[in-house]
Amino acid sequence: MSFYGIVDGTESSLKHFLAQLPGVDQVGADARAAMLATRSIKTTSKRWAIDTAISMVDLTTLEGADTAGKVRALCSKAVRPDPTDQTVPSVGAICVYNDMVAIARTHLDAIGGKHVPVAAVSTAFPSGRASMAVKIQDTQDAIDAGAAEIDMVIDRGAFLSGEYGLVFDEIVKIREVCGDRAHLKVIFETGELVTYDNVRKASYLAMLAGADFIKTSTGKVAPAATPPVVLVMLEAVRDFYQMTQRRIGVKPAGGIRNTKDAIKQLVLVNETAGPEWLTPEYFRIGASALLNDLLMQRMKMDDGYYASPNYVTID
Amino acid sequence: MASSKKSSTNKSAPRLEVKKTYKLFINGAFPRSESGRVYEVSASKGAFIANPCLASRKDLRDAVVAARAAQSGWAKATAYNRGQILYRIAEMLEGRADQFASEIALASGVTPKKAHDEVLAAIDRWVWYAGWSDKLSAAFGATNPVSGPYYNFTIPEPQGVIAVAPAENFLALIDAIAPAIVSGNTVVALVPGSAAIAAMSFAEVLATSDLPAGVINILTGSHDELAPWAASHMDIDGFDISGIDKKKRTELKVAGAENLKRIHNFDGAISPSRIYAFMEAKTVWHPIGV
Amino acid sequence: MTFEYAPAPESRAIVDIKAKYGHFIDGKFLPGKKHFATINPATEEILSQISLGGASDVDKAVAAAQKAYTKTWSKLSGKERGKYLYRIARILQERAREFAVLETLDNGKPIRETRDIDIPLVAAHFFYHAGWADKLDYAGLGKSPQPHGVAGQIIPWNFPLLMLAWKVAPALATGNTVVLKPAENTSLTALLFAEVCQQAELPDGVVNIVTGDGSTGAAIVNHPGIHKIAFTGSTEVGKKIARAIAGTNKKATLELGGKGANIVFDDAPLEETVEGIVNGIFFNQGHVCCAGSRLILQEGIADELIEKLKVRMAKIRVGDPLDKNTDLGAINSREQLSKIQELTSAGDAEGAERWSPACNLSAKGFWFAPTIFTGVTQAHRIAREEIFGPVLSILTFRTPQEAIEKANNTPFGLSAGVWSEKGSRILWATQQLRAGVVWANTFNKFDPASPFGGYKESGWGREGGKHGLAAYLKEGK
Repeated sequence: MSFYGIVDGTESSLKHFLAQLPGVDQVGADARAAMLATRSIKTTSKRWAIDTAISMVDLTTLEGADTAGKVRALCSKAVRPDPTDQTVPSVGAICVYNDMVAIARTHLDAIGGKHVPVAAVSTAFPSGRASMAVKIQDTQDAIDAGAAEIDMVIDRGAFLSGEYGLVFDEIVKIREVCGDRAHLKVIFETGELVTYDNVRKASYLAMLAGADFIKTSTGKVAPAATPPVVLVMLEAVRDFYQMTQRRIGVKPAGGIRNTKDAIKQLVLVNETAGPEWLTPEYFRIGASALLNDLLMQRMKMDDGYYASPNYVTID
Repeated sequence: MASSKKSSTNKSAPRLEVKKTYKLFINGAFPRSESGRVYEVSASKGAFIANPCLASRKDLRDAVVAARAAQSGWAKATAYNRGQILYRIAEMLEGRADQFASEIALASGVTPKKAHDEVLAAIDRWVWYAGWSDKLSAAFGATNPVSGPYYNFTIPEPQGVIAVAPAENFLALIDAIAPAIVSGNTVVALVPGSAAIAAMSFAEVLATSDLPAGVINILTGSHDELAPWAASHMDIDGFDISGIDKKKRTELKVAGAENLKRIHNFDGAISPSRIYAFMEAKTVWHPIGV
Repeated sequence: MTFEYAPAPESRAIVDIKAKYGHFIDGKFLPGKKHFATINPATEEILSQISLGGASDVDKAVAAAQKAYTKTWSKLSGKERGKYLYRIARILQERAREFAVLETLDNGKPIRETRDIDIPLVAAHFFYHAGWADKLDYAGLGKSPQPHGVAGQIIPWNFPLLMLAWKVAPALATGNTVVLKPAENTSLTALLFAEVCQQAELPDGVVNIVTGDGSTGAAIVNHPGIHKIAFTGSTEVGKKIARAIAGTNKKATLELGGKGANIVFDDAPLEETVEGIVNGIFFNQGHVCCAGSRLILQEGIADELIEKLKVRMAKIRVGDPLDKNTDLGAINSREQLSKIQELTSAGDAEGAERWSPACNLSAKGFWFAPTIFTGVTQAHRIAREEIFGPVLSILTFRTPQEAIEKANNTPFGLSAGVWSEKGSRILWATQQLRAGVVWANTFNKFDPASPFGGYKESGWGREGGKHGLAAYLKEGK
């Protein structure tokens, strides 16, 4: 297998590559993210950003208490976020556990949501602590049930103990299972990796191993998708494109609760990786409560007065 | 608080005051003592003023937990931020100066003029300490000319959780708390006797200020009862015993030796060494080489 | 899919600019004579008329400052002096937005910078120095160090209100009174500051503001009633002042020009370094004495870093300073624009290679695109002379020693930058660099607690921190 001609699949080749990446100055990265957060996005650009953000939301439910009913309600919301306004775009995807995939896919197809993909979390999400066989089966089940996207978690224990080869091999294997039936997102759980240097290393490791998307977090651990973390990942995909002509997507997940947060993410994309990434094909936002805030802000822009949660639906 | 003023002269009965209930101040909230005990504070002429809580060792235990939890965040705030928070507290005290003065006059029996002077002195003292937050490195830090290719610097850092047992007056309370917290320590204050009255208004100011919960905790009650528990507490790093009866200080120092607590009493001199007494000096070496 | 940012203008409604200003002397606004127009450099619109202060205005001001010193200010305890400064700090915080908008209109710098950097630092300077007023025994100058009396202060146009804060706060904290002349191009925030002094009930005559040009400044410098001079401006004028006071008892601090070297080693944290280079030379349109105007780049990473720099520069938003998304505002004046054009033409003529991203510059106002020159050597004018604009000269080095030699090879000595992930290397470089401020893995960071000032022809003395107090005090016993 060729890994873009950059590493040869051995751990030593990988370690060598990762070691020569420049370090990230934490204070400098924080400062750059903070400066970009001061961008003032108003009027037409705000309206565009809201609709774009809606189309990028991976509407998510990942609870032990999930039921068929809950998932179906989520699907309805995903296809028609505002039943009173047909101009609101559908979201980017539905994200569920693999035993809910079939229910989601069936219901989406039944309500005019064929264009909304189902993403499944996989590989013993969220902890990633299980045998490889289990992780492969987890992935296979989801794809067989209709998942077009797989969000896998990396083995953080292995990463933090320097076993980069192991982390790499797992991603390669899951990528094989996905084949051409599903795209693969690789979740780092950046809150557990802690340093930006680790986030940069994980980004390159995952991209070289075959990720289609790199994703910040499971949403179960804080801190999750902080702006500096997303900044570092956007730098990585930008530079990776320079190296390989392959565009990899980025998905922040967790902690993006309102329109302001979402717009800050879009500004980060715009001024780091570039406008080519400003499409659901290359940028997604993992969220649940965010959608209603986007809808309320959209209402306020159209109506001219502040909205109320009474006027958006719960899922 | 009983009023020392009568209502305006009219034939109907004077308006009844809504009197304050006195609680402890722990972690930004106002709980009663878990022991349920109170003690009576009367005016110098004997009239009843209030029943402040008589804090127990368990209240002390809870206050230390709160102070410890708040300490790392307080220490991580920038010196400028701490200074601003403390200065704003002075602004609020200034606005309430009359209230404090009347409470002090009532509870301690000094003249209104003396009480007012004490309040203004306390506010000015607080402002003086607030201005030290971003000057401590200038006073107590250094870069050291070691013999070798090393960059060597000393920075003063806060010790952690400091207990203070001031004398029974408002100025002493301010003088004990301010130097402890300006550098990033958090405080558990043991306030004795009638000083509880003004201390409670002070707690109200703190609760409505930008001071994070747990940075200052106020326990009203008995030094005799609480000071030994503070002295022996293994999670208290320093203890200002300036208000403790001289005869009782030795036993506190003996108890404090168990965790080498930094125990100090100050003789009333106003100096930044009162701040430094509850700081540690950290010296760092780093090679200089290409 | 492009993400265009719609205009996001900060409203001008918050400022109330008078048609004409005089001087602020002895606590009162006095009418002036001989007015000249002050403009908004982004639009060339006339904002107001400023008075050209003459010898008699300076006389009045110095007399007022002297009287205030003798009768009031020197009689106050440090504690009370500090309280006035705390009040001033708090009022500046309250009126922060108003000052930010006014500074942007008068100077041409982006509202994002005045709002997020200039004005907060102004308030912080007063707050910091307020706390020193009653602690001077601990300033390392002996017991009871004494003020000089009346300080004459002359400030530049690049950070108008911040430079005022750097001068006035320590002067007042240490017990001096002040006669201050703001730059002729940018007097409005100083005049508004006079209102703050009134709101704070500062005693009359403690702060006096006389507007005018170089002649007004000279009148202040030469006035026998001025005991101490504080000047920030060009090295050329700094030398004039040094000559003028030679043989007198006047003390002076001078904060002059620079040609800061920003050294990037091959183990630098690349992305943040690019950010730091951009911040170092394009912040405040490069109108910064301590700007990182010479990039000294390790040869091995030069190509890669310059590529990244170009990509980053293309994202710099040049335009209306009042738009909240603007990164690079207007050049402060026609004169300054000519200077920048002259020197950059010299750069072309001497064979350096110029590059700027494509920019849509307005026809009205004074504008210059962010620019880099590669292939620069020490002998080029653009490597030696201060351009004071958004122009970066890029040189390379092979060994650390060579980087230091190039960095130090200048009559200036104000600032330097070092970028490396290796601590010992950073400390080695900071030890070798002949500069008063050295930034490692960052640039253009300021704090009232951090002393600022230059070696060699970048000036005398320091401002800020404990060190900054020394200039305003005579050592105690």
